[in-house]
Amino acid sequence: MNLASIRLASIGAGLAIASGAVLAQDMTGAGASFPAPIYAKWADAYNKATGARVNYQSIGSGGGIKQIKSKTVDFGASDMPLTDAELATDGMIQFPTVIGGVVPVVNIAGIQPGQIKIDGQVLGDIYLGKITKWNDAALTALNPGVPLPDAAISVVRRADGSGTSFLFTNYLSKVNAEWKAKVGEGTAVNWPVGAGGKGNEGVSAFVQRLPNSIGYVEYAYAKQNKMSYLTMRNKAGSFVPPTDTAFKAAAAGADWTKSFYQVLTDQPGKDSWPITGATFILMHKVQDKPVNAANTLKFFEWVYVNGDKMADDLDYVPLPASVKDLVRAQWAGQLKDGSGKMIAFK
Amino acid sequence: MERATPRGEPPARRHNAPWADALFSALAHGAAWLTLALLAGIIVSLFVGAWPAIMEFGLGFLWSKDWDPVQEKFGGLVMIYGTLMTSIIALMIAVPVSFGIALFLTELSPRWLKRPLGVAIELLAAVPSIVYGMWGLLVFSPILSTYVQAPLQSAFQGVPLLEPLFSGPPVGIGLLSAGIILAIMVIPFIAATMRDVFDVTPPMLKESSYALGSTTWEVVWKIVLPYTKTGVVGGIMLGLGRALGETMAVTFVIGNFNQLNSLSLFEAANSITSALANEFAEAGEGLHQASLIYLGLILFLITFVVLSFSRLLLARMKRGEGSRS
Repeated sequence: MNLASIRLASIGAGLAIASGAVLAQDMTGAGASFPAPIYAKWADAYNKATGARVNYQSIGSGGGIKQIKSKTVDFGASDMPLTDAELATDGMIQFPTVIGGVVPVVNIAGIQPGQIKIDGQVLGDIYLGKITKWNDAALTALNPGVPLPDAAISVVRRADGSGTSFLFTNYLSKVNAEWKAKVGEGTAVNWPVGAGGKGNEGVSAFVQRLPNSIGYVEYAYAKQNKMSYLTMRNKAGSFVPPTDTAFKAAAAGADWTKSFYQVLTDQPGKDSWPITGATFILMHKVQDKPVNAANTLKFFEWVYVNGDKMADDLDYVPLPASVKDLVRAQWAGQLKDGSGKMIAFK
Repeated sequence: MERATPRGEPPARRHNAPWADALFSALAHGAAWLTLALLAGIIVSLFVGAWPAIMEFGLGFLWSKDWDPVQEKFGGLVMIYGTLMTSIIALMIAVPVSFGIALFLTELSPRWLKRPLGVAIELLAAVPSIVYGMWGLLVFSPILSTYVQAPLQSAFQGVPLLEPLFSGPPVGIGLLSAGIILAIMVIPFIAATMRDVFDVTPPMLKESSYALGSTTWEVVWKIVLPYTKTGVVGGIMLGLGRALGETMAVTFVIGNFNQLNSLSLFEAANSITSALANEFAEAGEGLHQASLIYLGLILFLITFVVLSFSRLLLARMKRGEGSRS
């Protein structure tokens, strides 16, 4: 590359940046890493369809909440919904985009995926360190005929704060009273036992590395890596494997009409997977930059219309149509620019 | 003595612009002061960031082993213990090995092997730490658990004092594996420094000693090492500094476990840097974040104390040298 072409290229780059600024079709978002792959795919498809660019930085839910609070991004993303009170204090709204599930996975020689059945009480006791062997009476009672080894359970969990851990601990708090009292729920908690891996890949590496281990990862991650999952007992008492339909069933059971603060763990319905959760987008109610807000809403509207297939392909579960309509109603009713005018998204 | 005949006039003094000197001096001073200012700035911002946690927990943070983000109760003992323990293990392994490497390279190695071996050891320092971490988790820790931990456990069963050190699950993840990985990472630094200082020992001293009938070991132990001890201590401190601050490799193999239930070296644990790397991104504003910054401040102080201690040690050695000669 000679000097002239370098100069040309830099002029080109400068033009591209300038034209982007002029068109002002770009929007930036930051936050949760769990939905980052699907957001990237949507952004790419949206860019091809409309020419607008979505810049999403997957920095973690906590970081996303910080960024949107300080208004350095147009939208924040979080795996953990904010309560209505928190939203009110910061003048923000939230809406779900896709649904995913958290799946317990094991590494036991000779055990097929889905062969071991477990319920929340037992899972909680394992993570409390009360059940330490695979052939514990509580486990054999749930799994008659399954060759559970006489081996110590190596517990694996997330070391970093994450929405996955939030869903997992939220579920355990709902179904295991001792867990709720001793540990509680959160993106990071005071784990009583276990080795911590960083990210889904860290947990997965530990589980695959340690014989007779148990861990938990995002459904998409477990599926793509063909990990040995567990079948879980849900609130209705039936045992379900983790599938798209089980996550959809869990989402259908929630009442989204009053609030989008919905944690989809331990939902009723005989088909619902017990550790399900939606991931959320956060935006300010009063927009200083209404153009950016309109672009952002247009993007998510486009995603609601065109994005379901792409979500399916990446093993996320799209939202039910009824929930999407509720979100649209919220956009129309609550997002305003500085003068109180509604922000158009269609 | 013969007097040299003058060889013409001395060269004319070159005239620099007077402002050039002043500018250069200002730049040089500025660079030095900037470093100090940055250091002060870091300390101040750490203090400011950690202030909520300092107010809430005070010095008790140092010996409290709670780390409960849900209840917002934080204490740094687990991480401080993990950081110090892994670094100590690392030095216990790395110092003798590095000494052996340096001794071999300077005294024993055939000439043709010196350069390739020296370069190979320096290359170890260039491997990114995440590679050490992944290698440690996927390759090294299974080997460690099968061939080292299990035999150690059976060997020390029933031995008082030592048994607790080797109890716990022998899975290859924990303090010991983190310490060994750190040792591998700091060996190139310590070995390279040792080799360089061993090389500068005046040949006259060594050869005199050989001439008096010393063995190679006696030469190294009684001539080379005393002559180079300041450099050797400096190299060890360099390695210790690296071990204290290493993050990525440690986080892979230490297990990130925030409880301190036993003194076992096999138990999963946590270090300050590993906790920071894992938890900072998702830590909400408030006490959790402040406590993490407090941990960072403590690490800063530990490093500072280590460095001051090594300075003190070096100064004392120098005084000792003066009195003996």
